[in-house]
Amino acid sequence: MADLTTNFAGIKSPNPFWLASAPPTDKEYNVVRAFKAGWGGVVWKTLGSEGPPVVNVNGPRYGAIYGADRRLLGLNNIELITDRPLEINLQEIKKVKREWKDRALIVSLMVPCDEQSWIDILAHVEDTGADGVELNFGCPHGMAERGMGSAVGQVPEYIEMVTRWVKKHSRMPCIVKLTPNITDIRQPAEAAMRGGADAVSLINTINSITSVNLDSFAPEPTIDGKGAHGGYCGPAVKPIALNMVAEIARSAETAHLPISGIGGVTTWRDAAEFLALGAGSVQVCTAAMTYGFDIIKELNAGLSLWMDQKGLNSIDDVVRRAVPNVTDWKDLNLNYVTKAVINQDLCISCGRCYAACEDTSHQAIAMSPDRVFTVKDEECVACNLCVNVCPVEDCITMEQMQPGMVDPRTGEVVSDKHGDWTQHPNNPMVAAAE
Amino acid sequence: MTNSPQTDGITAARLDRATVAANFDDLYPDFDAHEARVAADRCYFCYDAPCITACPTAIDIPLFIRQIQAGMPDAAAHTILSQNILGSMCARVCPTETLCEGACVREAAEGNPVEIGRLQRYATDQLLLVNDHPFTRAAETGKRIAVVGAGPAGLGCAHRLAMKGHNVTIYDAHAKPGGLNEYGIAAYKAANNIAQIEVDWLMGIGGIEIVTGKALGKDLSLDSLKGEYDAVFLGMGLAGVNALGIDGAEKDGVRDAVDFIADLRQTDDLTTLPIGRHVVVIGGGMTAVDAAVQSRLLGAEHVTMVYRRGREAMAASDYELDHAATEGVKLITDAAPVAVHGNGAAREIEFGYTRSGPNGLEMTGETFRLRADNVFKAIGQTLEGAPETLSIERGKIVIDAVGKTSLAGVWAGGDCATGGEDLTVTAVAQGRDAAEDIHAALSQ
Repeated sequence: MADLTTNFAGIKSPNPFWLASAPPTDKEYNVVRAFKAGWGGVVWKTLGSEGPPVVNVNGPRYGAIYGADRRLLGLNNIELITDRPLEINLQEIKKVKREWKDRALIVSLMVPCDEQSWIDILAHVEDTGADGVELNFGCPHGMAERGMGSAVGQVPEYIEMVTRWVKKHSRMPCIVKLTPNITDIRQPAEAAMRGGADAVSLINTINSITSVNLDSFAPEPTIDGKGAHGGYCGPAVKPIALNMVAEIARSAETAHLPISGIGGVTTWRDAAEFLALGAGSVQVCTAAMTYGFDIIKELNAGLSLWMDQKGLNSIDDVVRRAVPNVTDWKDLNLNYVTKAVINQDLCISCGRCYAACEDTSHQAIAMSPDRVFTVKDEECVACNLCVNVCPVEDCITMEQMQPGMVDPRTGEVVSDKHGDWTQHPNNPMVAAAE
Repeated sequence: MTNSPQTDGITAARLDRATVAANFDDLYPDFDAHEARVAADRCYFCYDAPCITACPTAIDIPLFIRQIQAGMPDAAAHTILSQNILGSMCARVCPTETLCEGACVREAAEGNPVEIGRLQRYATDQLLLVNDHPFTRAAETGKRIAVVGAGPAGLGCAHRLAMKGHNVTIYDAHAKPGGLNEYGIAAYKAANNIAQIEVDWLMGIGGIEIVTGKALGKDLSLDSLKGEYDAVFLGMGLAGVNALGIDGAEKDGVRDAVDFIADLRQTDDLTTLPIGRHVVVIGGGMTAVDAAVQSRLLGAEHVTMVYRRGREAMAASDYELDHAATEGVKLITDAAPVAVHGNGAAREIEFGYTRSGPNGLEMTGETFRLRADNVFKAIGQTLEGAPETLSIERGKIVIDAVGKTSLAGVWAGGDCATGGEDLTVTAVAQGRDAAEDIHAALSQ
């Protein structure tokens, strides 16, 4: 059976599944329940400085986006960092770590941008025996208005500065949690690395308004008639997170920086995808908040079985396996020609491919009076939209034209050689170079 | 309670009040909003959707389902009702498995179509139950039209005419409007007085008057209607019933199934309605099924449907026959009635087995008898009261594609006319289309 044990930036856990810093990891009670269920680690919900804790709103903190049958696809929150006294959190962290030595216990931190504040909090955390710290430079709501969270994460110089303080005043592994509310995720990642970060974790939540109440004309969740933007997470954000993880993993500057992948991990498959794109561990929150801690059994069993089926023995065998295949558009092979093919035995004649192609694409699907749908190869640009809108799995497939065949759309012979935009005659940069 | 299903003869109160009430309750309760959205989400919004083609009233089904899915059932109802003003009853009584749901691509794909009928009911009931009428009348034209029959065809015609600004008087032979929706359909398909609620809602358009207790051929003549009104629409259905034509057919306990169903529908306390311990229903259509199933629901111990041909030739759908079987109705095919036996009252009915021969159906010579306190005949209805001046073919008033009869100024539709399939939904379509043609004719 595949070995799921994980060593992430020196932090060991029995499996790569950690609960992200969030409500599920706010106190001993939840964390112990999570460990009992089988979670490999937790990032304890963000601690702030000593003194009176933050206060949360007393109205709704969450808003949701649903799919069919009220399946939760996206969750938005305006909850702040822990609102429990620092001392109680520290006591509980210490106790839990003592009792659960084999699990990863990382403490998330968010204190003001002055060195002394970080010196103070790091000393407290060191004392708990926790395995590491995660710097919360990500939360986009509430705390950001006070100069913390994503307000730091959006300024690479601040990230570097604070990370440097943390590494200077602590021997603990330091993970920098990044906000996706920026334009180029590589910049903050590089800043964290310059500051000495042992790893980055991403993504934190995305600025969002989930919905507008059309009776009160207020954003939801609504607090006394008003709403503030929150942080968006859950299955809906996974594609954004995957791209950001991949960007860091394939950048030469940050290729060796360990990444803890976060963003919509709901099943083992999501986790495998994050690992393949370069994450060394994954963090989960929304799925646990939606279904409870017992999903860890599916995550562990699924990942393990898939690895067995693939002959992958350890987590390291999975990590970065897809990174070499993430490239830039300009390097994609323009001589790779495919055509949509509709399997008439599977087709149920709904006509969605026809409507999509005829109305919004390349008019490459023909419809007969008796509702038989066929692809017009001379029009098909292989955009894949018909595949995407077809309700029947594998009914429409993209079939590669073999080299030597003539593409009826262009009249050109399909080449067996790689040819991309960097070499294409239509590229003005090619002409300029000649 | 002293009676039971095993009590001999014909008697009321075979079952207690609570059981009868449960038996005749709504066959399918309404979707709630969440169920409706989940069911609606299964619709693929097909291009040029086959379900629309399969609907005799051509309702834009993918559109109304998308409107439900988008949380606007009132808009969905408008989409339905603008094509089929009796969309609520049709949602209950349409054989959807042979119409829209039979054509659904998910039926082909997985044998599990989108529940179009129940979704239609969900949408239309939203409006009906709050009596919100979404249509408005055009300016008064001053034209007057007589509609004979307040069933689906007549109501469909009258509403469309009223929308166009005409004034309509509907004459109906019965005490209540609604036609077969009120008198001829199983109670559990039209629970909670929905047929009358629908008529009341439909009347909300204005410009329609209903006169009950007036039958064509008795109280009304086509000539006088033609003289008095600018146009006449005939939608009086089939009031007559085919005769059994066998010995003993006059014995007590032998009745027309339509009369039994009508009595049942008009009985407030069904524990007062007598039913035999042994019931035999002759026929293979929807009426036979409705009579047989309701006999069981009243507490008849043994109910048998007997049809003279094979099951595949029965007009009742597989869905209806399965429902009957589930309710404990026994089905015998390829047997024709020979005689009813009994001393004054029916006691047994004798059947002979049939087979198809070179000259059509023939008797094999083998016979059998069934105990029968009640024999319900459901062997077809006939046109009654139609003026001889009208061209009639195979017992139906001949109409063209838009409902014109052989007489100028007279249109017809529904079960009394050719071209339909004896379905509520086709009757509504014919009434609606005739109204459009009447309007065009009167506008010239």
